[in-house]
Amino acid sequence: MLTFTLRRLLLAIPILLVISLVIFLLVDLAPGSPMSEIPLTVPPDVRQKMIEALGADQPVFVRYLLWLKQFFWVEPMTLVDGWFGTDFTAGEQRILSWQSRSPVFTIIGQRIPQTLTVVGTAYLVGVLIAVPIGIYSAYRQYSFFDQAGTLFAMIGFSVPTFFSGTLFIIIFAVWLGWFPTKYDTTLEVTDWATFWEQVRQMALPVMTLGLANAAAISRYMRSSMLDNMAMDYVRTARAKGMSERVVVLRHVLRNSLIPVGTVIALGIPSIFGGAIITENLFGVNGIGAALIGAIHANDIPMVQTLAFIFAVLIVLFNLIADIIYGLLDPRIRYD
Amino acid sequence: MKFKTALLGAAAAFVLAPAAYAERGTDGEVKLTFPQAVSIMNPYLSGGTKDIYASSMVLEPLAGLTPDGVLVPKLVTEIPTKENGGISEDMTSITWKLLPDLKWSDGTPVTADDAVFTWQYCTDPAGGCSQATKYEGITSVEAVDPATIKVTFSGPKANPYTAFVSALAPVLQKKQFEACLGAAAPTCTDPNNMPVGTGPFMVTGFTVNDTVSMAANPNYRDPAKPAFATAVIKGGGDAEGSARVVMETGEFDYAWNTQIPPETQASMAAAGKGQFVVAFGTLVERIEMNTTDPSPDLPEGERATAKHPHPILSDIKVRTALSKAIDRSILVEVGYGAGGKPTCNVIPGPADWASDNDGCLTQDMEGAKALLDEAGWTDTDGDGIRDKDGKPLNILYQTTVNPIRQDFQALVKDWWTELGVNVELKAIDPGVFFGGDPGSPDTFQKFYADVEMYANNSESPDPESYLGQYQCKNAPSPETQWQGENINRFCTPEYDALYATLATTTDIAARQEIAKKLNDMVTKDSMIVIPLVHRGTLSAHSNALGGVQINAWDSELWNVADWFRVK
Repeated sequence: MLTFTLRRLLLAIPILLVISLVIFLLVDLAPGSPMSEIPLTVPPDVRQKMIEALGADQPVFVRYLLWLKQFFWVEPMTLVDGWFGTDFTAGEQRILSWQSRSPVFTIIGQRIPQTLTVVGTAYLVGVLIAVPIGIYSAYRQYSFFDQAGTLFAMIGFSVPTFFSGTLFIIIFAVWLGWFPTKYDTTLEVTDWATFWEQVRQMALPVMTLGLANAAAISRYMRSSMLDNMAMDYVRTARAKGMSERVVVLRHVLRNSLIPVGTVIALGIPSIFGGAIITENLFGVNGIGAALIGAIHANDIPMVQTLAFIFAVLIVLFNLIADIIYGLLDPRIRYD
Repeated sequence: MKFKTALLGAAAAFVLAPAAYAERGTDGEVKLTFPQAVSIMNPYLSGGTKDIYASSMVLEPLAGLTPDGVLVPKLVTEIPTKENGGISEDMTSITWKLLPDLKWSDGTPVTADDAVFTWQYCTDPAGGCSQATKYEGITSVEAVDPATIKVTFSGPKANPYTAFVSALAPVLQKKQFEACLGAAAPTCTDPNNMPVGTGPFMVTGFTVNDTVSMAANPNYRDPAKPAFATAVIKGGGDAEGSARVVMETGEFDYAWNTQIPPETQASMAAAGKGQFVVAFGTLVERIEMNTTDPSPDLPEGERATAKHPHPILSDIKVRTALSKAIDRSILVEVGYGAGGKPTCNVIPGPADWASDNDGCLTQDMEGAKALLDEAGWTDTDGDGIRDKDGKPLNILYQTTVNPIRQDFQALVKDWWTELGVNVELKAIDPGVFFGGDPGSPDTFQKFYADVEMYANNSESPDPESYLGQYQCKNAPSPETQWQGENINRFCTPEYDALYATLATTTDIAARQEIAKKLNDMVTKDSMIVIPLVHRGTLSAHSNALGGVQINAWDSELWNVADWFRVK
């Protein structure tokens, strides 16, 4: 297992380098300019000066190599400097966002907590709702509950979040007035009152995302349970006189969780990736909102860095999913 | 009895006091929301309106503009004029006098050195200052004494109120930005996000592209203002969401740029929690005509250049016919509602500068058809499309991806089809269209189409620099890397000559006459530009917020110090 992990990790290095180059070229070749948000009243020669001040007029490979240096050397060393008070990066240029002129990693650092709280909670809520629904739907296949669960999953699958989110806003915020619609990122949880505020402002985005997450996972759970219910070992367990509870929850559930565990692990990078539409809709200043804002403004350093971090996370969680698979299922061994 | 009366009197005084004179910071928090989040609080490094408006709560210019487009002193004792001696007789210098005892929010005094420094900051060639045009033509800015700023121009300047005027050109604190000159400008993250200013508020927290938190500036020059103790600008989402949180849920007090469809405006206003306000500046949605041939059969380098005049649109009769066929009031009704009005002018305001040209306001389909017949475009083969010398009347009509613009395209296409014109529509991503990338065929400057639609405006009430764009020399071409504002490649010696007299005319009434003539030359006289809609900026404020005076000539938040809570 250890050799397998090491081999995969080493293999990841060239893969990630190629990915970073492809992302860079794609983002760079995409049409648009960092000046497209500047009003037309700013004349062309001033625009040209602004582009030069950003360094955007350099050839593409110069910028790529500079970005590689900044990403793999300057940024980690800035972190080290921050921890130990050393001075490795004095005078080095960090990756700066073209739109806000702030270091990209400072922005990411500001935004990760919001994304983790909101999108992470939604994922957790989604899993907690989906697993019981999936279990019971499979156990009572074609029952009323199963049909209702299928309907729920279909709605969650097919209704896009920009629609369900707006619907929730109109029902719960405009008509009922229960929850706020704009996420207040300056709120600090210090006591029960502010905690309650936080719960209230998270309610709508978590509901919107949780619905979509639960729909997908409940279907996986149900079909995995159905596969296992038909197995010989289930009949054996029942023949031994075990209670239904033990048969379903101990024998069938455990085996059914193996593929579902992989699906859940593979979904985790999407938590870090944020939820572009939902975050934007509710004003959660997470990673997804940062990405879409940067794309709109043609903020290449920001888009490039975020896209690459997502690539790293996906490669990493694929590996973790493989390892979990091996741990959960003793029949699978990689060595 | 006496004691009781005294008590009553004291109580009454206590109750009445706040009503009689407001005090700083007594009205709690004012919450604003922008559909685009604030990226940076330094207007010199941004060009985005969102950043300029947000920073106007903190940074102030020497003078601002009122909703009527009139100059109003902010950090100075009075507006310099020739009469009060502030502007030299030969119009080559202007002298500003700072208010006495003026302080930055950190308590240090504001001096003329700060203004001198601001000029150096924005004119440093390596800094990439986005407001460089505000400081154009200035040879020096001097601190005559700590309270006197003298700006000298390279020649007589008809409109000397550019540097340090309006939210686009505020004064920066020298102490804070001293290390940020030139190439270092973008790397000064902290000063750029939390500038020290003289405005009614100061930044207390800044998260990029999300929230700006502000508190009342303890050193603001009016001790009774601002009425709010804190202010928050939350960004992100879309125009409809921003409007909703003010008009329907009441979570926010003010929403900037709530450009939403007319029917949604009406249903939100019906909720009764707030109101829409609209400011009309000079923003005009227009169709621009290409005077050069954009045909893809021409070799690159000659395509859409002055070498090949447009085969169809070079005829003024065709251009006039296309304009006559449009019903502008329907366009306003469909696209903008209260946020727009029909116009025939490139310069629709202020009133003193706008031409009385209104000949295009009524649709005249029959007149348009007659003009095309006259021009020789008739339907000889009976396919519904007019033709001439065997060539059909085909027009490629491009604009950006935007729901209102696509509605406009569909409506105009209907009218032009009725006229017998074959119209092909094209919608381009705004980032590409306005991006100005010389390698892309789809920029508005390259104009590889017959007509294109977008909006443009003059950033100051005096439209001199705006009208300059239609000079021959500003035509984009391969030689200029396709940069330049005269995208029509309109070129007449009369226009250039009249424009040259505008730059040297100093009498305001004479300037207005010239501006009107120039406006007519590109609109009704030549039909190079067909103006459609005079667009306002639509914003929303809650009924609980008082003092809002929307402004099209300066920051919309220009009088935020006077805002108060309606109780």
